[in-house]
Amino acid sequence: MKNLICRFFYGDYGEEKNNTTNLPQEESPENQWPLWEVFIRSKQGLDHKHVGSLHAADAAMAMENARDVYTRRNEGVSIWVVESKNIHASNPDDAAALFEPANDKIYRHPSFYELPDELKHM
Amino acid sequence: MQISLEEQFQQKIDQEIKIEPKDWMPEKYRHTLIRQISQHAHSEVVGMLPEGNWITRAPSLKRKAILLAKVQDEAGHGLYLYSAAETLGISRDEMYEQLHSGRAKYSSIFNYPTLNWADIGAIGWLVDGAAIMNQVPLCRTSFGPYARAMVRVCKEESFHQRQGFECLWVLSKGTEEQKKMCQDAINRWWWPCLMMFGPKDDESPNTMQNMQWKIKRFTNDALRQKFVDMIAEQIKLLGMKLPDPDLKWNEATAHYDYGKINWDEFWQVVQGNGPCNKERLAARKNAWDEGAWVREAATAHAEKNQIKISSMLHPNDINLGS
Repeated sequence: MKNLICRFFYGDYGEEKNNTTNLPQEESPENQWPLWEVFIRSKQGLDHKHVGSLHAADAAMAMENARDVYTRRNEGVSIWVVESKNIHASNPDDAAALFEPANDKIYRHPSFYELPDELKHM
Repeated sequence: MQISLEEQFQQKIDQEIKIEPKDWMPEKYRHTLIRQISQHAHSEVVGMLPEGNWITRAPSLKRKAILLAKVQDEAGHGLYLYSAAETLGISRDEMYEQLHSGRAKYSSIFNYPTLNWADIGAIGWLVDGAAIMNQVPLCRTSFGPYARAMVRVCKEESFHQRQGFECLWVLSKGTEEQKKMCQDAINRWWWPCLMMFGPKDDESPNTMQNMQWKIKRFTNDALRQKFVDMIAEQIKLLGMKLPDPDLKWNEATAHYDYGKINWDEFWQVVQGNGPCNKERLAARKNAWDEGAWVREAATAHAEKNQIKISSMLHPNDINLGS
């Protein structure tokens, strides 16, 4: 299990290339504001959920922009902003190694067990 | 048997599994999406200009508040879409550069002027109506970030179309002069709106590939026909007429037939020779250049605060010398 984590700099886009892309490589312009990921809690009692990203010079501006861009119609009661470079994400190439072992462990699900019909409240 | 990456990719598409940014994708798919999404974003942003023209001259406070909210939405839509394009590996600045240098296109409709107040109604009803026709199927497009952005855009866009129709509805019940304004705006916007769907299918060479990749779900002509059928019915409620003598219901096809589109005009506008191309680009470039000091100031402010915060985190370091 090595290299299961990679860092993402631009939204969902990682610094690793899965592709032999011939796009001009990001020159990270000095004056471009960093990218932030935005998470919104839509109402009390629910988790914050990723809604998108935006550019801002600092956290305060990211918060203000997130409010204007993502909550103009009561979409939320709370906002998290995280600078995108601080997010670590699993690599799609490792999806099989990470998630497939769960497929053959059906005994982890309650429906695996055959029980007598007479058994109640279980 | 080993199948190629390209075949695996197509299999996912066929099974309606969304493609996410880090997944393998053909280079042409990536480039097509960057082009399409960034053009779409540019259209939202440039689309604020013709409407912005009327914010200070809206006929009532209510109309002004509505128009402000709508223009703010367009800015938001541009931002959703720029972010989606960035997940494909192009930077925001690069996209701006493409727009400002004229290398990237935006919807040709925004190169037409807004001459009177009724144009604001016509834009909402017809231009946004045509845009929605295009955008609703894009909510199911094969690239995840684009589809998610479009879901949000479509949710907000429906108010745009409704306020536009209502604006014309009020004018159509007004004085003779107001009725004339309403008809005049419809006359000027109708044909450019039909051009919004892009060239005819047989002159749109990428359509087949884009349909196979499920970037597009319907062809240009199919969407255009749907739009004509919808508007031809809705206009009856306004008591107005579409400026097309050939428009008539066809029993056999169960669609409206419509007249010939002036494609020369379309290509002229796309190539930069529309009534407002120069004005629109100049306004964008001016906003970017004039805003440079604001961007720099915000960066400097953020850096200064960063220094303050880090010195607050280590009070001992500061006190060592004293």
